[in-house]
Amino acid sequence: MAVLELTNISRHFGAIQAVNDVSLSIEPGQVVGLMGDNGAGKSTLVKMIAGNFRPSHGTMHMDGKELILHKPAEARQHGIEIVHQDLALCNNLTAAANVYLGRELRRGVGPFRILDYASMYKRAGQLFAELKSETRPRDLVKQMSGGQRQAVAIARTMLSQAKIVLMDEPTAAISVRQVAEVLNLIRHLRDQGIAVVLISHRMPDVFTVADRVIVMRRGRKVADKTIASSSPEEVTGLITGAIEQV
Amino acid sequence: MALTIDQPIEHKRQSLPARLFASQTFWVVISVILACVFLSFATDAFATSKNLYNITRNITFVAIIALGMTFVIITGGIDLSVGSVLCLSSMVLAVTMHAGYSIEAGILASIATALAIGAFNGILIAYLGFPPFVVTLGMLSIARSLAMVASNNTVVFQFGPDHAKLLALGGGAWVFGIANPVLYMILLALITGFILRWTKFGRHIFAIGGNEHAATLTGVPVRQIKVAVYMISALSAGIAGIIQTGWLGAVTTNLGTGMELQVIAATVIGGANLAGGVGTAFGAIVGAALIEVIRNSLGLLGINAFWQGVFIGGAILLAVLFDRIRNFRRSD
Repeated sequence: MAVLELTNISRHFGAIQAVNDVSLSIEPGQVVGLMGDNGAGKSTLVKMIAGNFRPSHGTMHMDGKELILHKPAEARQHGIEIVHQDLALCNNLTAAANVYLGRELRRGVGPFRILDYASMYKRAGQLFAELKSETRPRDLVKQMSGGQRQAVAIARTMLSQAKIVLMDEPTAAISVRQVAEVLNLIRHLRDQGIAVVLISHRMPDVFTVADRVIVMRRGRKVADKTIASSSPEEVTGLITGAIEQV
Repeated sequence: MALTIDQPIEHKRQSLPARLFASQTFWVVISVILACVFLSFATDAFATSKNLYNITRNITFVAIIALGMTFVIITGGIDLSVGSVLCLSSMVLAVTMHAGYSIEAGILASIATALAIGAFNGILIAYLGFPPFVVTLGMLSIARSLAMVASNNTVVFQFGPDHAKLLALGGGAWVFGIANPVLYMILLALITGFILRWTKFGRHIFAIGGNEHAATLTGVPVRQIKVAVYMISALSAGIAGIIQTGWLGAVTTNLGTGMELQVIAATVIGGANLAGGVGTAFGAIVGAALIEVIRNSLGLLGINAFWQGVFIGGAILLAVLFDRIRNFRRSD
């Protein structure tokens, strides 16, 4: 069964139709590349799944149940995690503190509860080890490379039982070696049965790691096919409008 | 196994001397100690118990407010209204007690006033998006004016039936001959240190100062916390006002004039970063100590008091300079 199913989703801002009648479904453990030019509606679509916007029309279902989100915190409760484009990290805090930001572990009773540093360091260390990342939980984020910072942001999504992880341009501003690191992190999430939606401009990344590619143009879904049955040339044509629809 | 290599590296990285040398607070402590040693030899008056008693007590008023200011500065904000809030809180206490109410009623009214002002500042800043500088600059003017209104711009020096209790609270030395204000300062510093290091609230304050947008996205209640830090800052000014009233035995409407600058200076000298995300309770105390030792020594060394501003201003610039040098080295 699809982990997430969107049916005839639309969203307009005044007269502007940002997302127009989009339907799609995402299976567990599937990596879906979401591609399109600037203003194609990718971000708006993802923000509806993340609970930032509500759809003007259409419905969303998660595991067969209707999903109505009023704010981002509710999306998180449903197992929808987001890796923001700017990663949303605090440079002045340690890796572990960033992983647990907003859901810190505490110990003690009643109102006398203090931060549980030991458990947070330990669990964050386990997550980095799982991700095969060299990141150390006690290091400050400001001392880290782009790949390590991605690992911190991704480890955050693994704290709770995430079902679907939305990644906004995770490879946009990092070095070639670090891109490979991030793609490995994505495969890792997939191997755990987590569905990943990868928003990207970079054709090679999508064709390396994704199982399926969805292309949007001017608010509409113009293609939704497996990577094996498509090609970078075709996707480029779909993005620019040289190919109308497949 | 990678972990076995990582552990010694991590250990080395975090070793105590390395961390000490990298910390501004450490160098400020060294400066304070060196200054004290130098003054003990250079002057006869410095190392007397009376002078030390005076110094430690004078540190406290700036230090207590600097503790509250540390919360605000860590979030990346600033509170310019603390000197005026100190004055208004003192005046509310004085006027309430002068009117014949008990010391408890006076303190309650005084604390409530401070908290209300802090909440007002915080709500304008957090919910209406006013710049902290502007809001608290406005409050600097408003609070002092209200103090004048409350007292009709007179000096209050009679505190009704509980007069003696108030003077003992601020002027006494209940434990081992240590001035009471010093005891309050130590207690408040311990509480501040605990909150910053061990509570979720403290962690979130650092997160807001580090990256407010990230804190919002990860579900930190940014607005509520911002209101809380301005309330804490005003509360610390209120507490300092109450203690100072007991110590001075009189309240005038120019009490705490210009104090915001000393408080911010103490916080910054102690290692807090005005850009947010960095600051400690201990730093606020040693920053206040350095300022007071400079002030005291100028007097003892027979240097004209007009030079005070130059030395304190110089200390602020020096502290920020060290911070810049560290950042340059890191970016290399």
